[in-house]
Amino acid sequence: MAAAQSADPQRWQLNMGRGVTHLSNNAYDAHMLALWICVAIGLAVFIAMGVAIVKFRKSTGAVADTGFVHNTRLEILWTVIPVILLVIMAIPATSKLIAMYDTRDSDLTIKVTGYQWMWGYEYLGQDVRFISRMDRRSDEIRQSGQRPDPATDPYYLLEVDNPLVVPIDTKIRFVITADDVIHSWWVPALGWKQDAVPGIVNEAWADISTPGIYRGQCAELCGKDHAFMPIVVHAVTQDEFDQWLASRRSGNNDPSPLALTNAVPAPPAG
Amino acid sequence: MAATTPVADHHDAHGHKQGFIERWFFSTNHKDIGTLYLGFAFLMAIVGAAFSVVIRAELAVPGLQAVSPHFFNQMTAMHALVMIFGAIMPAFVGLANWMIPLQIGAPDMALPRMNNWSFWILPFAFAMLLMTLFLPGGAPAAGWTMYPPLSLQGGANVAFSIFAIHMMGISSIMGAINVIATVLNMRAPGMDLLKMPIFAWTWLITAFLLIAVMPVLAGAVTMLLTDKFFATSFFNAAGGGDPVMYQHIFWFFGHPEVYIMILPAFGIVSEIIPTFSRKPLFGYQAMVYATAAIAFLSFIVWAHHMFTAGMPLGGEIYFMYATMLISIPTGVKIFNWITTMWRGSLTFETPMLWAIAFVLLFTIGGFSGLMLAIVPADFQYHDTYFVVAHFHYVLVTGALFAIIGAIYYWWPKWTGRMYNDAWGKFHFWWTIVFVNLLFFPQHFLGLAGMPRRIPDYNVVFADWNLVSSIGAFGMFITPFLMAFILLRSKKTGAVAPARAWEGARGLEWTVPSPAPHHTFTTPPVIRDSDLAHGDVSH
Repeated sequence: MAAAQSADPQRWQLNMGRGVTHLSNNAYDAHMLALWICVAIGLAVFIAMGVAIVKFRKSTGAVADTGFVHNTRLEILWTVIPVILLVIMAIPATSKLIAMYDTRDSDLTIKVTGYQWMWGYEYLGQDVRFISRMDRRSDEIRQSGQRPDPATDPYYLLEVDNPLVVPIDTKIRFVITADDVIHSWWVPALGWKQDAVPGIVNEAWADISTPGIYRGQCAELCGKDHAFMPIVVHAVTQDEFDQWLASRRSGNNDPSPLALTNAVPAPPAG
Repeated sequence: MAATTPVADHHDAHGHKQGFIERWFFSTNHKDIGTLYLGFAFLMAIVGAAFSVVIRAELAVPGLQAVSPHFFNQMTAMHALVMIFGAIMPAFVGLANWMIPLQIGAPDMALPRMNNWSFWILPFAFAMLLMTLFLPGGAPAAGWTMYPPLSLQGGANVAFSIFAIHMMGISSIMGAINVIATVLNMRAPGMDLLKMPIFAWTWLITAFLLIAVMPVLAGAVTMLLTDKFFATSFFNAAGGGDPVMYQHIFWFFGHPEVYIMILPAFGIVSEIIPTFSRKPLFGYQAMVYATAAIAFLSFIVWAHHMFTAGMPLGGEIYFMYATMLISIPTGVKIFNWITTMWRGSLTFETPMLWAIAFVLLFTIGGFSGLMLAIVPADFQYHDTYFVVAHFHYVLVTGALFAIIGAIYYWWPKWTGRMYNDAWGKFHFWWTIVFVNLLFFPQHFLGLAGMPRRIPDYNVVFADWNLVSSIGAFGMFITPFLMAFILLRSKKTGAVAPARAWEGARGLEWTVPSPAPHHTFTTPPVIRDSDLAHGDVSH
């Protein structure tokens, strides 16, 4: 559990990760298909431009063919071929989008509420609710102006006091809202973000395949501490989750069955 | 022969020499007003760039060293407002003012006094906007998009920034009316619409977009104003309103707005590339129709800025398809520009370099735009640095490069002097290096999970952020470099002929360089061979 999470962002990272849910894999696949098609078209365009620049220079004697000014067949060709490429992208994108909206038959519903500047989580029907705030060590560093040290603070701005604990292999429905301004709940490893809008309840779902710790951030500008209200999800086995939930229901305040990465000692009394 | 008054200063019909105040504050001359707009845009670009230097200075290393988070939010909002409304849009209006009458054989714009007022509103509007930095609570800090409820948490800046936006909108609407009236009524005999230069066409279409959507922005921000000060609840759910409705109204303006900022750029590139290819624009009519198609489509795609706001599935699917469709006419334009160069006789003076870079780098921005249209992927890209990379590629290496190219292209016509082309090329290559260092890594940051509008980030994002900040610092010297190159030419540059570029075609190249203060006071006799598109068999 303490090992580096494959879903964590990496230094010099170039590409999106696959994530750990059906929907995150959908997002990744849609992204890669679009990317490869764009690379192919881009190569064609850049190579054509490069050939033109080399082959038709006045300095090497090229004379302009001033009659070559229109060609209807070409116009049709380079209209129709892109349309075909768009259809190839749109068909899988549509089925993936429909899947993202299908929140039926979930086993657990979690209500997420965005506040300035923290998240509230409630396990609907379970009588468990708590606030999740950025950890105090991160807050201390950012207030001081010092540079965070990756060795001692690898999860700077990505750790909270009370993570969201969820079971793996379970379809979890999220209902998302806010109390003040618009926020957005985003964990890249889960594959989506949804805006948290005051007065509206948005829905999303996730089924996490792999136990682990998944981190995200608020993704809609919400005021001065928009960068300082992260999200941490601890995905555990069904048994661990049931035990933890029962224990919380009876009043125990254990934040998670997993160790927090930046265990913050209780503040001194007084 | 195009009839022009040979006098290069400004006695002419006035019967007396114009004083400084009369010439610059009470101008009714499209060339002087064009110069005012371009000078203003240049100053605002430096102000906007300074804000972005503050942003990139804070983001250069992790930790919060330079500014407070609230001030950082003011910088991001003001950077965008100043660049969009103070730099890019006025620059395009300046180019329209200078070049449309010259290109269509008209003596001036249709409504010269309104033209003057359109410009002079802007310094007042921006004084009002910029002074909010000094108010208690500071400048607007909810992004240039000003989403409620957050924007309503602002202090005194809410009223002043909204008032400033109203003034800018009025300026744009009046300018657009002027462009339409001029193009539709004042073309010289023989200048049929489908023989008109493409720059005039793209501005004609842009002007319709402006008139259609600037009032919508005015409506949106007025509703913000009444929600804040007059107890309405347009965007307050507790009062029966809807915060997401603001987003719909704003983006109904906002999406056509970004096409307002790119269509004149398309026109400029369509002027420059044929000149330096010594060959007419390939597919002139296709280019006109593609521009019109893009303008029409721009009205029906707005909600692609809102894919994560919680729209119903049907809405998401529709907007995904409509947004993907815009890539078709845009692609047509890219292919036509390259085919213009194909079998041409190319030279690579400074304006051509900017135009070629536009084609290549705007295409990259177009690709990230197409990727953003795919909703399942957008659920990961939205509100991350991937979006920031996308719009800076289309706005900086797109719109701004076209503006810079246009200035280098038409400078000899405006001033009668040729700048040092080697220096121009140095400016170009310096920019290419630093603009790509600045924006390309932002694609990676977004894909890796870095959100937008944050002053600080986890250490794993540090490497690409440092590269990006180095790009920003290198870019900041470029406006000064450009000013040096151009202003120096006025003293030491070679004298430019009327047809400053061998391959240039169009009425503007039939008048002397520098263009006299009043041109085409009697309509020119148009010979199709003078025009870039005189041959309508294609």
